[in-house]
Amino acid sequence: MPKPHGGKLIDRHLKKELSSVEELPAFEINTNLAEDVENIANGVFSPLEGFLSRNNLENVVKEKRLENDTPWAIPILLDFDKQKIKAIKEGDSLVLTNKENGLLAVLNIDEIYTFDKKILAQAIYGTQDTNHPGVANVYNMKQSLIGGKITLLDRRSRQFDEYNLSPKETRFLFKEKGWKEIVAFQTRNPPHIGHEYVQKTALTFTDGLFINPIIGKKKTGDFKDEVILASYETLMKHYYLKERAVMSILRTSMKYAGPREAIHHAIMRKNFGCTHFIVGRDHAGVGTYYGPYDAHDIFSEFPDLGIIPVFFRSFSRCKKCDAVVNEKICPHDDKYHINFSGKKIRELLTKGQVPPEDMMRKEVAETILRFDHPFVE
Amino acid sequence: MAEKKDEKKFTTISIPTPLAEKIKKRIEGTGFTSLSSYVTYVLREVISGMEEETEEAFSKEDEEKVKERLRALGYLD
Repeated sequence: MPKPHGGKLIDRHLKKELSSVEELPAFEINTNLAEDVENIANGVFSPLEGFLSRNNLENVVKEKRLENDTPWAIPILLDFDKQKIKAIKEGDSLVLTNKENGLLAVLNIDEIYTFDKKILAQAIYGTQDTNHPGVANVYNMKQSLIGGKITLLDRRSRQFDEYNLSPKETRFLFKEKGWKEIVAFQTRNPPHIGHEYVQKTALTFTDGLFINPIIGKKKTGDFKDEVILASYETLMKHYYLKERAVMSILRTSMKYAGPREAIHHAIMRKNFGCTHFIVGRDHAGVGTYYGPYDAHDIFSEFPDLGIIPVFFRSFSRCKKCDAVVNEKICPHDDKYHINFSGKKIRELLTKGQVPPEDMMRKEVAETILRFDHPFVE
Repeated sequence: MAEKKDEKKFTTISIPTPLAEKIKKRIEGTGFTSLSSYVTYVLREVISGMEEETEEAFSKEDEEKVKERLRALGYLD
């Protein structure tokens, strides 16, 4: 099992009672930031212990590394409106609150600084186009940032918590199962046959499969979180060996930063204890901002990442081979190939129809169709 | 970011000239743009395998709770 990123699994949970938390100035943060706080505290973002300082941000922007040379591609930032909380200064503490959690964490303010949105957008997303959702988010940020360590106070239980395993728990699980090589698969959709092929191909050469759906904010037309989880439960029950596959959710927002986000996704899975990470075509991409394999190429910049990327290019079903194939293993012409179209599957499911079995397992489709409204409205 | 000058820190190391020449030849036509970028790459690779891990185990009580949770998911017997 790989070492956590940076060598130590971060744990920023409150160890002993703090007496004066309620007297601290409160700062309400949105759900995405609250998820960042939890991911820092649970070690998903190890070695981060808090929100990035200016030097770390600058290094991440320029070098895709923290100040101490540890690979890090996506800045984890806390922005705020200086007009609204004028009184704070470096050395102070704030209590971070959130609508869902109430009091969430204590933040020690190490640094208050400003940043250049255009430089940040260009470096992280490769564009300054505000049609890019990540760039739009950057431009919507407030102008000031706080760098500093957080301490998680508590969190209320939430839906799907039974599937929300921390890196410490997944590492324990992998050890108990005797797995040494674990491949992680990230998903935001129910599984079709192509996904199953990719997972099982990777599993063939490793000890265990870690299915890790990203749960959280979705856009209209996306599959609902409960549908994704139920469909994977069904697939695992019928088509996977119980001792070879596990699933746990990851609450984090998609940034659509393509190649840089692929590195970030790999780092998180390394912290969960995985040795391998599946990277597909246009991983974490959006629109046509990135080349289809930019998210593969970027891994060559990181000989010290500590997790092995498993690259998959396009795959399809070949009528002649009567199997799921990729370009390396099938000699047949395109006319024999049926692509796994998420759009087509979605269209059929929207009409209440079960997609053909060479696209999606019947049991999986039926599970999805048991939901009255499987899509976000 | 834009408000500060580029303060990237570097240091100089010495390696034997014949080795440097060999490396220069080796990296011709590769993605490495300089001897320094190649040496940095190799050293990062080497050093990453040498980092020490400090792992904190669960307490006995917490371990039982985690096991119970994992059993409920069907992941442990």
